[in-house]
Amino acid sequence: MAEQIYDAIIVGSGAGGGMATHQLANAGLKVALIEAGDFYDPADEEQRTQLRYPWESPRRGASTRLRPFGDYNSCIGGWELDGEPYTQKDDTEFMWWRGRMLGGRTNHWGRISLRFGPLDFKRKDIDGLGDNWPIGYEDISPYYDKVDKLIGIFGSNEGLYNDPDGYFLPAPKPRLHELYYIDGARKSNVPVIPARKSILTKRINNDRGICFYCGQCSRACGIHADFSSSTVLIYPSLNGGQVDLLTNSMVREVITDEEGMATGVRYVNKRNQREYELKGRTVILAASACSTARILLNSKSGQHESGLGNNSDNVGRYLHDSTGASRAAFLPDLMDRDIYNEDGVGGMHVYSPWWLEGANLDFTRGYHLEIGGGMGMPSYGFGFAVNQYNQYLGDRVGGYGNQLRDDIRKFYGARLSIACRGESIPQYTNRCELDPTVVDEWGIPVLRFDYKWTQHEINQARHMQDTMEELLEASGGIVLGNKPGADQNYGLTQPGEIIHEVGTTRMGTDPSTSVTNEFGQLHDVKNVFVADAGTFVSQADKNPTWTILALAWRTSDYIIDQMKQRNL
Amino acid sequence: MNRRETLKSLFLAPLAGTVIASSGCGTIASNNASRITWARLPTEYSYGRTDVEKLTDQRLFAETYFREHELVTIAVLCDIILPNNHPNGGALDAGLPDFVEFMVKDREQYKLPVRGGIAWLDSYSIEKFGPDFINISEAQRLSICNEIAYPDNQAPKLQAGISFFSLMRNLTLTGYYTTELGFRDLDYMGNTPNVWDGVPEAVLRRHGKYYDEDWLSKCIDQSTRDIVAEWDDDMNLVT
Ligand SMILES: Cc1cc2nc3c(=O)[nH]c(=O)nc-3n(C[C@H](O)[C@H](O)[C@H](O)COP(=O)(O)OP(=O)(O)OC[C@H]3O[C@@H](n4cnc5c(N)ncnc54)[C@H](O)[C@@H]3O)c2cc1C
Ligand code: SF4
Repeated sequence: MAEQIYDAIIVGSGAGGGMATHQLANAGLKVALIEAGDFYDPADEEQRTQLRYPWESPRRGASTRLRPFGDYNSCIGGWELDGEPYTQKDDTEFMWWRGRMLGGRTNHWGRISLRFGPLDFKRKDIDGLGDNWPIGYEDISPYYDKVDKLIGIFGSNEGLYNDPDGYFLPAPKPRLHELYYIDGARKSNVPVIPARKSILTKRINNDRGICFYCGQCSRACGIHADFSSSTVLIYPSLNGGQVDLLTNSMVREVITDEEGMATGVRYVNKRNQREYELKGRTVILAASACSTARILLNSKSGQHESGLGNNSDNVGRYLHDSTGASRAAFLPDLMDRDIYNEDGVGGMHVYSPWWLEGANLDFTRGYHLEIGGGMGMPSYGFGFAVNQYNQYLGDRVGGYGNQLRDDIRKFYGARLSIACRGESIPQYTNRCELDPTVVDEWGIPVLRFDYKWTQHEINQARHMQDTMEELLEASGGIVLGNKPGADQNYGLTQPGEIIHEVGTTRMGTDPSTSVTNEFGQLHDVKNVFVADAGTFVSQADKNPTWTILALAWRTSDYIIDQMKQRNL
Repeated sequence: MNRRETLKSLFLAPLAGTVIASSGCGTIASNNASRITWARLPTEYSYGRTDVEKLTDQRLFAETYFREHELVTIAVLCDIILPNNHPNGGALDAGLPDFVEFMVKDREQYKLPVRGGIAWLDSYSIEKFGPDFINISEAQRLSICNEIAYPDNQAPKLQAGISFFSLMRNLTLTGYYTTELGFRDLDYMGNTPNVWDGVPEAVLRRHGKYYDEDWLSKCIDQSTRDIVAEWDDDMNLVT
């Protein structure tokens, strides 16, 4: 492998890296895909967690430090990685979720797949805050179309201007608690439509299975009926002989020549702790927004003293995450319900997109509502506070003995919850940077976060709380817990907690205020590209991944084109 | 499987504090001892673990945290919370003491509350009746449980006992309902491949809900799920 010079070295195998690999390999380029985590396949019996019963785990699916979202969750990684710390500046409490596995976080993501709308690329024009993207919806929509068809997504065409239609598979029918929500939302004049998720309710090709409704996408699908970068994009690419996959390989930096052009990457082989170099004509960073910023900042050289692509001092800046808040209610109408299998697809079947565009509010960006509830499979935590809802029925809480079986039955599935996900306003001062003193176990300087919400996000969270209360009550629910007040930022999540971190290498036309051009190409180094959410100028009131995929495809087309024209 | 091999017995002495384990050997040090017996849970699992996780779990299984007396007290409490006298079995049939032991080792935050809770219970029992909790009569045990099983009991003196009992109730129910017995008790129907086609008609009627035509037109007709999707150029699915 020593003398091999790849056409493209792709760093990171998540959404962006998977798409770049798929497109570039299909175009006949010789690709090295380099991933810090191990090989992972949910169909491999050694790694499978799907369809396991709770008693197959000694902790019955409870979370651990190593599996923060539960023992069966298909994330190798989480909020903490042994040997790979990150630090906080001042009183910042940024939460950073990292997946270390082939496919990255697309193994265990929620599969909620939302296109950004026309307004989402031009927010500055509307409220004067942040910046516009250098591209508009018309530039990306052909790629959304192609992503829809290649990967498969269910949803419905609603003709909503800022929640554009797509090439959808039909949606699954709502479950009972969702029918309650639909009625409640309609009563409150909040739109509610079928969810949009990259799960195959219908066949799209003969390689992948069709969803069999186990509700366990967060465990990754053994028949590949949901989208993971590994199962849908990378495995097929491995067959053509164009891709060399290097797992357990942690990229330290991009290496450059005297002219400042990239010649490849330097990485640590985690199996033997030794460093190696890989040579390539182009380097495509898709290690996730913050990790990509870290690699760039660590790629210091004579030509690039403050890190690669960082002449503008913009790498790591404008880091922003979605806002979030959530609430739950007890639905007395669902007490003592009939029991049947309603696992459905993983997560919600219905949701509410933002409905107050242009309304006069004390914040300017929107949010959408994600709906939860139902008769899920018991796992650790089931039966806790078994009959607490008795307090609403005038019955006594607590007790012991066989009567508890009746309580379990009575309250099983009698719950409705809402989670809001909103758009925040990117800030120059919110950033990740290199910690001057701390390194990881391979001696690579780690990231330090510096992030504060602004009043916009806090006001938005207050609005979320009012909305959730109104909708839960309109659905027939008794809202649980106390409404968080100003002292708790109205229940606003921590920065990073929603795991939609974007913006660290934002695109733009002006090299002094942005890191890449509209194709993810570094302004400063033309053979280095970013293909993850780092390039986002603003994170809409949508989830980011469908846009990462579309942009990575667009970047790939550009690279192929530039190579044809001999510009690369 | 030989049921005997899957049971664990500990002796519950009627008087004084000594409790002797039988764990395989037949020696009984106390006359009159009654047994408390529960199903053993496996100590080896295979469910998609990484090497680091395998080591963590092995370490947990190798660790001993509870003293025999504590384990017996846990067993007695779990049995009160969800007794075996039911067609779907109870806490001891579901191996609760083993489960509680594992969870307490797994979650540092449980260690002290459970150990301290047991000590609180014994102290309260001794104060009230003389012997510790496992050595008082069943009626006496239940009289203590009646005091600490209900969070609305405001007596300051009982608050520590009440929160301990709530914790034990949580662990017992979670431990039971995550076993095959619990699944049967609940009639849980999921975790199996199926084709979801909406809420059953009778259930919809019972709840006064229905699927409106517009919404249904956006949903999958399950008879077409295996037909490869194709669209026209206007985003309309045509298959
Ligand atoms: C629980 C959860 C639910 C989510 N739900 C949704 C949702 O419903 N909808 C949505 O749109 N988004 C969702 N997301 C977010 C989504 O997962 C991410 O947006 C997406 O995976 C990001 O893709 P990426 O390519 O940027 O990076 P990632 O998927 O994070 O992949 C990056 C890869 O790069 C590797 N890497 C990092 N550093 C290096 C290095 N130095 N050298 C080599 N390799 C490296 C990592 O190991 C990793 O495999 C969710 C995330 C989580 C965790
Ligand atoms: S719900 Fe469907 S797509 Fe998701 S894991 Fe289960 S079978 Fe796969």
